Amino acid sequence: MNNTRTFYDGGKVITGLVIFVVLVTFPFWYNHGKAAPAPEPQLTEKAKAEKACIRPKNEMKSAHMQILNNWRNNVVRNADRIHETADGKRFEMSLSNTCVDCHSNKADFCDRCHNYVAVNPYCWNCHIDNPKETSK
Amino acid sequence: MKKSRRSFLQIAGVSALGLGLKPVADLVAAPAEHGEAPAERVLKNEAALKAKQWAMVIDTRMFESAADLEPIIEACHKIHNVPSIDHPRHEIKWIWEEEFKHAFPTQELRFLPERIEHLPFLVLCNHCEDPPCVRACPTKATFKREDGIVLMDFHRCIGCRFCMAACPYGSRSFNFRDPRPFIKETNLKFPTRMKGVVEKCNFCAERLAVGQMPACVEASNGALTFGDLEDPESDVRKLLSENFTIRRKQALGTGPAVYYII
Repeated sequence: MNNTRTFYDGGKVITGLVIFVVLVTFPFWYNHGKAAPAPEPQLTEKAKAEKACIRPKNEMKSAHMQILNNWRNNVVRNADRIHETADGKRFEMSLSNTCVDCHSNKADFCDRCHNYVAVNPYCWNCHIDNPKETSK
Repeated sequence: MKKSRRSFLQIAGVSALGLGLKPVADLVAAPAEHGEAPAERVLKNEAALKAKQWAMVIDTRMFESAADLEPIIEACHKIHNVPSIDHPRHEIKWIWEEEFKHAFPTQELRFLPERIEHLPFLVLCNHCEDPPCVRACPTKATFKREDGIVLMDFHRCIGCRFCMAACPYGSRSFNFRDPRPFIKETNLKFPTRMKGVVEKCNFCAERLAVGQMPACVEASNGALTFGDLEDPESDVRKLLSENFTIRRKQALGTGPAVYYII
């Protein structure tokens, strides 16, 4: 008795496996090294001239949503409308009137990153998104 | 040296306890570090107007026709981006005009003086002392502020319209459609609303915060007076002590804060 087992249609099976693996991994090697770079928000001239926002840049990048949420609660619920930064500067807590006053380029400042990370904040359903662009 | 199982377990137990203490000690130590960071803070504008219960007195003797009310309504609706939608079931209103019999249905008078019968009355949210809309709201989107203003947090409104059913004055409107296309001239300083939220008069909370009187009061040439109901020296209290006034559906016990001199 022959105790080696026969591999029937070996050529076809292996070819099929190779094609399968190639197809399954296609998106990985096809897109390798082509990851879209994280967009850098564009600053307007006014924002550049101001130099500092209410917190350091990195904190603004990572925590602006929590800050805005706190602003909203303070303004609407407690009627506290002024934000004093650690170095004593005062700002009116208003998305439309303060943030967007400097960052009046919503498309280049807000939307770029929001699109990149696929978030869709509904701020602009009510808040006037861009006084300067809309008035043009 | 030969260790017994008992002594091994004792040492292991004490070590585990010691390891467990570290995070607890860190937690206790942490608040001190936070205190060192330079403090940000939030505060009110110094110029903000304050009161215990804001109230309004409307001197209807100073109005003759709808034309007198129009600039007042216009002033409010313009600065608050209130859309003008013609469809009566979709319309949005913060302050509007009403006939006596509709504004004061419980004021039973068989024979009304002619002046009163055809006089348009200004009606708006009464910013009640005990507001039924606040009790009805399931999300606390509508709430009563410390200064008596019944305010809406539009972010929190889910559009259930319980408040509209609860309000005996019809002071609330629902955005059945996106209001933006119906706003003739947008005030860029004030947000609009979106489809699916309720809205109403806010007693110009955003103007009081910077020390200004409500827009309707400013536009009324003295027919509307605004002030603190709890302050005996305020303008509204003076008017109330000198004139006979009525309130809308007073018997319901909501304590409306808008008074009418007839």
